[in-house]
Amino acid sequence: MSTTTATHHDDHGHPTGIMRWVASTNHKDIGTLYLWFSFFMFLFAGALALGIRAELFQPGLQFVEPENFNRLTTLHGLIMIFGAIMPAFVGFANWMIPLMIGTSDLAFPRLNNMSFWLMVPAAILLLGSIFVPGGTIAGGWTMYPPLSVQNPSMSVDMSILALHILGVSSIVGSINIITTILNMRAPGMTLMKMPLFVWTWLITAFLLIASMPVLAGALTMLLTDRHFGTSFFDAAGGGDPVLFQHVFWFFGHPEVYIMILPAFGLISTIIPTFARKPLFGYASMVYATAAIALLSFVVWAHHMFTTGMPVAGQLFFMYSTMLISIPTGVKVFNWVATMWRGSMTFETPMLFSIAVVFLFTIGGFSGLVLAILPVDIQLQDTYYVVAHFHYVLFSGAAMSIMGAVYYWLPKWTGHMYNETLGKWHFWLTTIAFNITFFPMHFTGLAGMPRRIPDYALQFAEFNMISSIGAFALGISQLLFLYVVIKCIKGGPKAAANPWEGAEGLEWTVPSPAPFHTFETPPTVK
Amino acid sequence: MSQNTNNYYLPAPSLWPLIASIALFLMAGGFAMQINDIASGHYVLLAGILVFVYLLYGWFKEVIKESIAGFYNKQVDTSFRWGMSWFIFSEVMFFAGFFGALFYIRTFALEWMSKSTLVWPNFVATWPTSGPAATEALEAMGPWGLPAINTLILLVSGATLTYAHWGLMKDNRKQTIIGLVLTIALGAIFLYLQAHEYAEAAFTMDSGIYGSTFYLFTGFHGLHVAMGTVMLAIILFRITKGHFSSHNHFGFEAVAWYWHFVDVVWLFLFVFVYWL
Repeated sequence: MSTTTATHHDDHGHPTGIMRWVASTNHKDIGTLYLWFSFFMFLFAGALALGIRAELFQPGLQFVEPENFNRLTTLHGLIMIFGAIMPAFVGFANWMIPLMIGTSDLAFPRLNNMSFWLMVPAAILLLGSIFVPGGTIAGGWTMYPPLSVQNPSMSVDMSILALHILGVSSIVGSINIITTILNMRAPGMTLMKMPLFVWTWLITAFLLIASMPVLAGALTMLLTDRHFGTSFFDAAGGGDPVLFQHVFWFFGHPEVYIMILPAFGLISTIIPTFARKPLFGYASMVYATAAIALLSFVVWAHHMFTTGMPVAGQLFFMYSTMLISIPTGVKVFNWVATMWRGSMTFETPMLFSIAVVFLFTIGGFSGLVLAILPVDIQLQDTYYVVAHFHYVLFSGAAMSIMGAVYYWLPKWTGHMYNETLGKWHFWLTTIAFNITFFPMHFTGLAGMPRRIPDYALQFAEFNMISSIGAFALGISQLLFLYVVIKCIKGGPKAAANPWEGAEGLEWTVPSPAPFHTFETPPTVK
Repeated sequence: MSQNTNNYYLPAPSLWPLIASIALFLMAGGFAMQINDIASGHYVLLAGILVFVYLLYGWFKEVIKESIAGFYNKQVDTSFRWGMSWFIFSEVMFFAGFFGALFYIRTFALEWMSKSTLVWPNFVATWPTSGPAATEALEAMGPWGLPAINTLILLVSGATLTYAHWGLMKDNRKQTIIGLVLTIALGAIFLYLQAHEYAEAAFTMDSGIYGSTFYLFTGFHGLHVAMGTVMLAIILFRITKGHFSSHNHFGFEAVAWYWHFVDVVWLFLFVFVYWL
């Protein structure tokens, strides 16, 4: 029986085979599960997007029925958000938080595994809904009533229940992460000494615990309206379809910050490493993140400016939304200030991070434009919104994830990835991304609505450009897959700290990180 | 297995998470089938519920065994406290969403609809209402009567639970058991009276927005009372088995916190759903 001086294990050695993955209580293995799950979901949802862009390549209907087009857009959104971005960040949280705070695992290792394995039934329900009569919801990932109430297909119920299960997974996971961060830091690691990625996850976990139950409420009311005769969203019964929008977006807005705050943490980790300078303004980064999180609860109705709410309400939400750009700006300035007078090198993680800072800022600006009420009245539900959220979600969240994968692949696998191929992936992705999404600002401003399979002729040129960019973007991600698999299989041996400027406890353990680490917590000065 | 109580316990690989996934999959799939009138739906749902009960029993049993074996040091205890607190917070947010919805409907939606000259022009906003399409008058649930009695019941149950806790802290098992039995009895009576109230009510879930909010909110609350009562019963059982000590009884405290939370939600329900 092996006991160590600081953690007490049941004697289980290093499990092998399928049991290792199915019954895991190890944060590294569970992190790996989440990351692979998210990668495959990303590729699948990306393929759905290629279906969308294939149809939009030219005006007219060439490839899909309009109903199927709506299914493509709906599933693309749901899977990217709940299947790709969120699980990827949880994967990072799993792998890196214990390493960064010097503890052996998360506070509740079995619950941790449950959080992952709950994703599987959710995925089966959501993807299985494609095959049921009336197949797959088609009302947008936001599932507004009355459409979502009227759709008799079982796929809506399956999707709702899938989201419920994902909610349980997220809430339990977030409780786990908060408890770990608050209770299991190595001695000497005060809150204000934690790596910023840990801070962003602490705050993100709080957002998840506060907002996902509200989504559960909205989904439950949708379910009862569909099958149990309630009238939450039915005006004839005294309800209101806009009620759904309020409850949904009360969740939905914190949700988008849930998808970006960990990205901020990743960027705040990578830039100091390759600038060989400490993060500028650590304390203000913490406060800014907390401010963003708090403000995120009072901006939700900016998704609803055109629903007929009173001007007073619109103005309030306009001002609060504009306010949230301030702490966000603080973060952008601090990243730039970190690079100022730094000794910079431009390995793949750094390339991604700099691109994120620049491109996310563009996304932030378009968000600020949308925040302005009279402008939003024109731009709501146009491609301008699509451009905005892809700039923040792809070149903000997704590209941060890519950069961080390159950053930590040496730690995870013990091998250096192929830097040349990594750079190819970066440049192809960044260029293709901009070709795809930048023109959408113009089509949106010109009045092209969202979620339409066919469009007026004046939008044709930009749509063609976007579609070409999209296919290039999609194919580039196969290169990413290749680089990752190649690195796992082998490559130049990675040192414990392969990045000259990297700081943090994770770089003190060998590469690849052993199955168990920090069984004795280090003392942090 | 040797124990060193200074170490943070790390459990061995466990199949419970997978079983949880299977349980939730069957429950969700079965429920979806059931509400879409697919024949085998209720079998799948039932199977899911059985697996779920098995899961809860098995996993908690394992945790209790680990606790009794002394594997949980002070740091683990702190983790459990944080965990339960944040879980209750998530439940608070679940109900908060519902109260927010009620607030929006009563303060804004109904107001605006009554002002509308195009849609339902004859509608006058009152509360409670079954909406403009209602054909019969709505007889709402008044607060004074069973709801008030239920309020008293839950408040007293909070006191009896505290009485039980004090007994536990003084190592007076008899007091603990009496307090718990009373609390469980009060919880059961509450549920019985709620069921009675549901049966006697002059309106259903179909009765417009009032019926919708009334049944959904009090229904979820009742579900939480039921879960709390079951949890209290399990704690009572553990007490009779000699579990817990006067200074180490987090399981009791966690369930007590949950019960008090359920009580507070009821107070909000009483004020905003029954009374005002």
